[in-house]
Amino acid sequence: MAVTRTGTGIVGYGAYIPRFRIADSEIARVWAGGGSGPVQAKAVAGTDEDTITMAIEAARNALRRAKLDGAQLGTVWIGSESHPYSVKPSGTLVAEALGCRPAVHAADWEFACKAGTEALTAGMGMVSSGLVEYALAVGADTAQGRPGDALEYTAAAGAAAVIIGSAAEALATIDATVSYVTDTPDFFRRADRPYPVHGNRFTGEPAYFHHIEAAATELLHEIGAEPGDFRYLVLHQPNAKFPQVAAKQLGFRTEQVAPGLLAPRIGNTYSAAALLGLCATLDITEAGERILLVSYGSGAGADAYALTATKYLGQARDRAPQTSVYLAREQSIDYASYARMRGKYKLG
Amino acid sequence: MRPVYLIGASQTPVAEHWNRSLEELAGAALYGALGDAGQPAIQALYVANALGGLLNKQAQLGAHLLAATGLSAIEGYSIEAAGASGGVALRQAFLAVASGVYQCVAVVGVEKVTDVLENELNVALATSLDAIAEADQGLTLAAGWALLQQRYGYEYGYDASSFAPWPVAAHANAIHNPNALYRFPLNPAKVATAAPVATPIGLLDSSTVADGAAAVIIAAAPSRGGDGARAPIRIAGSALASVALALGARPDPLWLDAAARSAGAALTAAQVNVEAVNVAELSDQHGIVAALSLEAAGFAPRGTAPRLAADGTYAQGGRLPMATAGGCKARGDTVGALGVYQIVELAAQLWGEAGPLQVPGARVALAQCLGGLGATAATHILVKE
Repeated sequence: MAVTRTGTGIVGYGAYIPRFRIADSEIARVWAGGGSGPVQAKAVAGTDEDTITMAIEAARNALRRAKLDGAQLGTVWIGSESHPYSVKPSGTLVAEALGCRPAVHAADWEFACKAGTEALTAGMGMVSSGLVEYALAVGADTAQGRPGDALEYTAAAGAAAVIIGSAAEALATIDATVSYVTDTPDFFRRADRPYPVHGNRFTGEPAYFHHIEAAATELLHEIGAEPGDFRYLVLHQPNAKFPQVAAKQLGFRTEQVAPGLLAPRIGNTYSAAALLGLCATLDITEAGERILLVSYGSGAGADAYALTATKYLGQARDRAPQTSVYLAREQSIDYASYARMRGKYKLG
Repeated sequence: MRPVYLIGASQTPVAEHWNRSLEELAGAALYGALGDAGQPAIQALYVANALGGLLNKQAQLGAHLLAATGLSAIEGYSIEAAGASGGVALRQAFLAVASGVYQCVAVVGVEKVTDVLENELNVALATSLDAIAEADQGLTLAAGWALLQQRYGYEYGYDASSFAPWPVAAHANAIHNPNALYRFPLNPAKVATAAPVATPIGLLDSSTVADGAAAVIIAAAPSRGGDGARAPIRIAGSALASVALALGARPDPLWLDAAARSAGAALTAAQVNVEAVNVAELSDQHGIVAALSLEAAGFAPRGTAPRLAADGTYAQGGRLPMATAGGCKARGDTVGALGVYQIVELAAQLWGEAGPLQVPGARVALAQCLGGLGATAATHILVKE
């Protein structure tokens, strides 16, 4: 069932992408003797970065755009599949770093790559019910890929934060949302394992495509909208190809997807992927234009949102670095440096 | 021995059947074949399956499928001979009817391979090799055939591109087969530049293992089908032969001796010459498998199959069309079910029901499937009466 008339919107958003990039051709050089991969390059977290530090960077940008202080936040929710600790919340550390009051809801969310949007939907509930005034939801990951595995070519790092508040003051109103989940084990990581297992081709049609299309179709049906009614479409992007194929199957045009398609340049940022695409798209959306956002998480599910930009968006976008700034700030590294940054060397 | 007839046939699409279980696939094919044959009462079920115990963790498929399909009053069991399972199961059905023990029996071939990850699948497929001499050393099926192709190229002066006519022709045929896994054309240039699987064999000269089930009904009395329009199909020859699993234990590895002996025995039993065969289904997981099979069966002198293939001999309209529904490469390789798919496809040819894939005037058909690197070979000759 779709939720409509949410009364909420995005009052602040912020992106963060680490500066380091490793080209797929560099990974292929080491593991396949040359060639290319499913993206051009992926973003790599530096030695002093993790899900928490990136979440803080993204959240600070969101606070700047919202012109809010950390103390005004009612929730600090971090969606990730690479929380630095198995037991010990990322949320508390992020909350303290943002200057939140201790009287705040802080917790971590997990739903593979859609943990961040699940936190977003929960934040909508907190705000619309009046329990809190502002809810922070972050998607952040330093994704894991076993060296030499297909995942290593795309598993990237990044973070994106959104602050949910009343629709009346929103930069973009959230007009409707729907979530679609089934028990589909296309990709998983057991608690004691360093790297996930994936079902290769099973991750495609029955997993990513089915859930994205089901959620999007359900939402469009519920609100009586068509692809042409939206200026932009933002999808979860595990690689360059999947979101473009899904967009086409849904009836969207290439130019509707292009601004939010970051995977070719930074890889799959997992929990951050769809929200980073949204940040990049909000950076250029004009008042009155609509955006369809659909996240995807393995296991599996998709969250779809219909958003409409308001007159406040234009003046807010330059209060923090735009996503393009982070995209452009790239520093290429070789496999040896990447292996060091990602802790692939076993010392002693 | 009395004459034995094929009176019904059916298949499921070859695909990644994520949402269909082994039981569902087998049931669909079996009920389809029973319907095609006019709902005869069957007295036995022979289940062809190579990997159920390893991948589906399910043994006793005979009892299991009989219960699942509501036929538990009759006898049934599963037969495993790797990629030859389908042909071996058909031979059991043939023997049961020819001997007079049963009047009417069913063969269902089923394989469900997409519930596991590739590593587990490759380990399971490699169990058709000699475990100690080959698989434990890291050999895979594709690597075994690659060794043979390398030697074949050295002996007879061919390179990898010489084997491209098989995948190209198979894909051209499969475009017209709604049950095929891949329904798009391939050109030789793409085959030549595809990523290596096991040098010199590339990705586009390698079949894909996929899910599917096929079934046939075998009876002592001929049938003209529900509307009386079908010519009876007699199983005129059935033969099984084997050699050592390990390539290293064979005096002449490029000669598929089991394939040669089973084809020879089946043709002799059917009292037909190899020249009389109008259409064939052979093991063709790679071009080299087709080449060696064609030479072993006597369709081509040794060392000549790639040259004949280059001339279009085995493509639609050629002297001996093969893989008319796409073969292993484009229809998909259903491993233990392969041999039954071959029979279903050849029955359509002999009944004149193959549509755009029809070989004009097809009267005599040969089916041969191989287990592992040709260690088991089952050959059947079907004749339209």
